[in-house]
Amino acid sequence: MPRVEFWQGNVSLAYGALAAGCRFFGGYPITPSSEIAETMAEKLPTLNGRFIQMEDEIAGIAATIGGSVAGYKAMTATSGPGFSLKQENMGLAYMAEIPIVIVDVMRGGPSTGLPTSIAQQDVMQARWGSHGDHGTIAYAPSSVQECYEIAIKAFNMAERFRQPVLIMSDEVLGHMREKVVVPEEGSLPIVNRKRPTCDPGEFIPYKPDQADNLPPMASFGDGYRWHITGLTHNEWGFPTNCAEEIAKKCARLMDKVSAYRDDIVEYETESVDDAKIIVVAYGSVARTALSAVRQARKNGLKVGYFRPITLWPFPDREIETLAEKAGTVLVPELNFGQMVLEVERAIHGKAGVVQMSLVNGELFQPSEILKKIEEVAR
Amino acid sequence: MSCLPKIFSVVVNSHWCKGCGLCMAVCPKKVFDFDENLKSTPTRVQDCIGCKQCENICPDLAITVEERGDNA
Amino acid sequence: MPRPEVLDWLRNKFFPHMWCPGCGHGIIMHAILRALVASGKTKEETVIASGIGCSSRMPGYIDACTMHTTHGRSLGFATGIKLARPELTIVDVMGDGDCTAIGGNHFIHACRRNIGITAVVMNNNIYGMTGGQASPTTPLGAKATTAPFGVIDPPFDVCKLAQGAGATYVARATIAQPLLCEQYIKNGIANKGFSVVEIISSCHTQFGRRNNRRTPLDNLNYLKGASVPLVKAEGMAPEELEGKIVTGEFVKREGTEYTDLYLELIARVGGDRV
Repeated sequence: MPRVEFWQGNVSLAYGALAAGCRFFGGYPITPSSEIAETMAEKLPTLNGRFIQMEDEIAGIAATIGGSVAGYKAMTATSGPGFSLKQENMGLAYMAEIPIVIVDVMRGGPSTGLPTSIAQQDVMQARWGSHGDHGTIAYAPSSVQECYEIAIKAFNMAERFRQPVLIMSDEVLGHMREKVVVPEEGSLPIVNRKRPTCDPGEFIPYKPDQADNLPPMASFGDGYRWHITGLTHNEWGFPTNCAEEIAKKCARLMDKVSAYRDDIVEYETESVDDAKIIVVAYGSVARTALSAVRQARKNGLKVGYFRPITLWPFPDREIETLAEKAGTVLVPELNFGQMVLEVERAIHGKAGVVQMSLVNGELFQPSEILKKIEEVAR
Repeated sequence: MSCLPKIFSVVVNSHWCKGCGLCMAVCPKKVFDFDENLKSTPTRVQDCIGCKQCENICPDLAITVEERGDNA
Repeated sequence: MPRPEVLDWLRNKFFPHMWCPGCGHGIIMHAILRALVASGKTKEETVIASGIGCSSRMPGYIDACTMHTTHGRSLGFATGIKLARPELTIVDVMGDGDCTAIGGNHFIHACRRNIGITAVVMNNNIYGMTGGQASPTTPLGAKATTAPFGVIDPPFDVCKLAQGAGATYVARATIAQPLLCEQYIKNGIANKGFSVVEIISSCHTQFGRRNNRRTPLDNLNYLKGASVPLVKAEGMAPEELEGKIVTGEFVKREGTEYTDLYLELIARVGGDRV
């Protein structure tokens, strides 16, 4: 029997992670994400899990990766400044293909910025923050319910694709409280990493299975011995300078996500069929945008709503078809234009794109977006 | 009961040896010399007293010192 | 070749290894493997972690659970593995820069936590891999590519740093004493808490060349000449110890190990009955 709770966003996200089977958290305090760590510190020991607050965010994600290498579903959470610090070790997890979940509860930037205020200025960093090319999976929840559900999805994706998965929450969502319908245990699909079945002596740690081009993953301590390195490596996991092996490894880090784009991409729409203007918004801004769209509809304007749930991979094809039909796309963001660049890239000039920025620590008012819709509609 | 001095075999893996000379420096009995490829070789193995200093100082783990059982 | 049971720990298809002829790091690797064999460890239950640098290529040569992480951060990774699986034996090898420069913050916190990891600090007083730059242990006045006129930064005493931060086993040896290295590493592994074994290594290629110790033998002789056992050093005046390398066991005390405390915490809150 599902039950109803009244949770804070950060707490809901932590509970979702626990429901997904997360039993390891390495973290470091940073507003506005600390409630996630605090919830984990309280709950994990009661579930025979492991929580550790490390000396900085770099060590936090390092311990998290170590926990995953030792067989645990592991997670870390932070905000802007910590997200910047974690980039290098995130790259190690990408290269070594170690499943972890990283939460960035976005706050005003740059630098120390506005620790207790909302912004959406880290979404490009989520894609390009760590040096080198890799596939990126990043979710943007926009309700406390979604914080719970996306935490489960994020772990399922991480375990399936053996890589970091990001949850780009924000200060408003992280700190607000809302009703959450908690699904019954076992009612949601839970994915666990593929483990090798061969004899330890024949285990080739980075040899992908034919069926899905993804390698099974052994844990340290379960009888398999393998080498993990941040150096570009061959299928045995050892460093290589052979161009062919390098190309194969680097391509596979990209293909992991691009080949399964349609399995991963998620988005939500409302009243788009006859829309002349599509409002594209994510995270907390999507809520404001939706109420503006509904109000505009009441005022007789043909406006649609498109919310990317996965920021990466970006639902580019889906937006392209809608934009082409509608003619105009309005993109309100709490930054000076980041995902709007993806929108422009996606629609190849087939529609007008109107950028709308607010960078003052506050959230758009629905009336502000409504005014912009009306202005654009003229 | 004979108490003949023990005899040791000393083997240098010339593929692993890089000719750094440390074994020659530490060997108390000066067993080693450079061969024509500047690799270490135990020319005076009969002088070896089995102290294994060479085996433990070798940075390339190339030396094996073993007591030979057939010295009866 | 090392003894069969030690040879069994090598990924010998990668030999000869990458370290320069006469580099001390190979001596340290051999000592670590002898210590692991002497401690009765198995390859499946042993993790060798490392950061970045010449020292940190060692795990690639050892047929255990090995992890070559990012520069300075290996202790963070190792802490995660140890907390997740306390039964594993973890040896974390680092260079002097890897451990005390970029890794300094993680080093002192790992000492403070007293978590069951043996940190082997392979101190050759230089950044070798990147071409001979000065590190936090390069002696005052020594030449390096980033200190062409002589180092002016006072160097760390790694053992005092570890002692001050709380490690429960701290020892130092030099590569000129391979069996002493083996013994201290073995004691470090036996210590339930955080063990620091600093081994003064040698880099004739990058350090020696610029500081009149051009050959491996120059370094070996220097180390033999400079090292003073702790018991003797205790009776020597500070100026006599100038430029000397004091070897010995500086800290060897009981302490509660971090993962033991965490498992007790889990039991206290009933987490072990889940």
